[in-house]
Amino acid sequence: MELYRSHVLVCGGTGCTSSGSISIEDALKTELAKHKLEKEVKMVRTGCFGLCEAGPIVIVYPEGAFYSQVKAEDISRITEEHLLKGRIVTDLLFKEAVVEDQVRSINEIDFYRKQKRVALRNCGVIDPEDITEYIAFDGYKALGKVLTEMTKEELIETIKKSGLRGRGGGGFPTGLKWEFTYKATGTQKYVVCNADEGDPGAFMDRSVLEGDPHALIEAMAIAGYAVGANQGYVYVRAEYPIAVHRLQIAIDQARENELLGKNIFDTGFDFDLEIRLGAGAFVCGEETALLNSIEGKRGMPRPRPPFPAIKGLWEKPTLLSNVETYANIPQIILNGAEWFAGIGTEKSKGTKVFALGGKINNTGLLEIPMGTTLREVIFEIGGGIPDGKAFKAVQTGGPSGGCIATEHLDTPIDYDNLISLGSMMGSGGMIVMDEDNCMVDIARFFLDFTVDESCGKCPPCRIGTKRMLELLDKITEGNGEDGDIEKLEKLAVNIKASSLCGLGQTAPNPVLSTIKYFRHEYEAHVYDKKCPSGVCQNLLNYVITNDCKGCTLCKKVCPVNAISGEVKKLHTISDACIKCGACVDKCPFKAIIKQ
Amino acid sequence: MKSLMELAKIREEAMKKVDIRNDREGTRIVVGMATCGISAGARPVLMAAVEEVRTRNLQEIVVSQTGCIGICRLEPLVEVYKQGEEKVTYVEMTADKMKRVIAEHIVNGKVVNEYTIGSVK
Repeated sequence: MELYRSHVLVCGGTGCTSSGSISIEDALKTELAKHKLEKEVKMVRTGCFGLCEAGPIVIVYPEGAFYSQVKAEDISRITEEHLLKGRIVTDLLFKEAVVEDQVRSINEIDFYRKQKRVALRNCGVIDPEDITEYIAFDGYKALGKVLTEMTKEELIETIKKSGLRGRGGGGFPTGLKWEFTYKATGTQKYVVCNADEGDPGAFMDRSVLEGDPHALIEAMAIAGYAVGANQGYVYVRAEYPIAVHRLQIAIDQARENELLGKNIFDTGFDFDLEIRLGAGAFVCGEETALLNSIEGKRGMPRPRPPFPAIKGLWEKPTLLSNVETYANIPQIILNGAEWFAGIGTEKSKGTKVFALGGKINNTGLLEIPMGTTLREVIFEIGGGIPDGKAFKAVQTGGPSGGCIATEHLDTPIDYDNLISLGSMMGSGGMIVMDEDNCMVDIARFFLDFTVDESCGKCPPCRIGTKRMLELLDKITEGNGEDGDIEKLEKLAVNIKASSLCGLGQTAPNPVLSTIKYFRHEYEAHVYDKKCPSGVCQNLLNYVITNDCKGCTLCKKVCPVNAISGEVKKLHTISDACIKCGACVDKCPFKAIIKQ
Repeated sequence: MKSLMELAKIREEAMKKVDIRNDREGTRIVVGMATCGISAGARPVLMAAVEEVRTRNLQEIVVSQTGCIGICRLEPLVEVYKQGEEKVTYVEMTADKMKRVIAEHIVNGKVVNEYTIGSVK
């Protein structure tokens, strides 16, 4: 076996790949060859490090030096200075990694310090395409332990005691689900993983698949043993090509090493796994629609009960959980249920991964113990709002969740707290909004998404959400009337109560929560015909203030000749204005404002 | 995979490969690798250190490199940081000397006085 004195980890997650980490790998290979360092320095392509904002990311061990926003051109300097001569190239390090001229390693950076990585523990640490690296970090030890030392009942009891709840959004106790499936009658049972991550801006599951695919395989095999299934399916969207590719490599390697297949660990337990690709419909993240899709039918939900634990895939008892839920399982087995139950709050145990996006400095992926406050996540780990703007709200749970306003920033994050605030945990998307975001427009954006993604099977969702969207369009276009807000609320409540599946039952949440916390913004749109944040074009008026010097630049740039005025005299804008904003950008005196 | 033993064996082998990425406290062997060090022959010294740590299967040891330590006339320089102990600086190192330092100082805890900077006249 080769031993290297230094490891260079290059992030190969989707985020860094799209910002150019492949060209970094190529450059690094060339440079290492040029300096004859191939036998001393090893390059490893890992999964996502989480701090996507700073991508592409390169980390050099043993120092743990954290290079951010690396370009292919920088590689020759890193190679010559750091790898050859041992001098860390400080100006290429992540800004927070240099404090008072002291170089800090990756684990000392604020973004990582407050995190606790359980589901993401191997992401950005191991090479996901090498099963031995996973094994080196205790991989497949939990499966071995379960198969050789634990009965099914003991195993299910452990998961129950850990307090683990479903990470896909519902938050149903995982141990109970295992027990139901175990107790269901039938000789053929299935284990299914829901990797159909559809919330806009969420990429927790993708990162686990890309960075630590073996953790999922191991967990599904453990679950298979518990419930008595010998076949598993991972349902993942084809829009995740890197994740699908790495998962397939991992499955192949697990088969080669007889960690999937017949008679695993010589215990007589058989288990195999297959990938099923989805086409990216949001509704296929709903469990019954997902099962239909695996069966080759149209992805539409069906009424529950019967729940999948009783009648799931091909009407057989099926255990269905989300990627992140599974990723916790091996750690619970290895460290014990008490360890896991010791993290988090009373009713929400363990950690949760969030994809932080929107108006935030450190866009990326983070894992925190349950009970961390929203303020800590946004202002400490997330690094606050860019450009000194004021925080307005945070949307959790994607299109199914709601907005949470400033006054609730100190709420500890857990399933029940978020629901009581009118939002939900969801799968873990977290979108931060600042003073420039119009809440009516945000609600309209999410509803537009759900209207698009509604499968159309049940009328409340198909027709109801469409009517809501029409009302929101009317309001944002400046045609809102007295009573529209109340109509929205009534529709929302009815849709929630009467829709068939989770999509419709939660689709009105963004509207309800924004009305709850930002009713004044809705009222400003409807009654004053004003958009307080200056987003809704139809409600804006461009006005020239007395700062105007009469330079005529705006008059020249206006595409519809709506600006009039003589040289060196105050200009005015007429009703012909189409609100394109071209004059605002052009004015050297900032004399044109939106009202 | 037919047994836990088999898994443990693979794990042990693989551990050596990824050990460098673990957070740990322990002994650091630092080789001066600036232009002066490299031209005086620091690279074989560094490689000898890596090789020796591997063959002896030493845990909790980081072999790393640094820039110019300052006394270029005594290159190649190697510094050993053991927890709770004074830093020891070895001078005019060679691959063979490095092996001896690992055997005597790192493994057995006895500083090889004749190679240290203090013994230079």
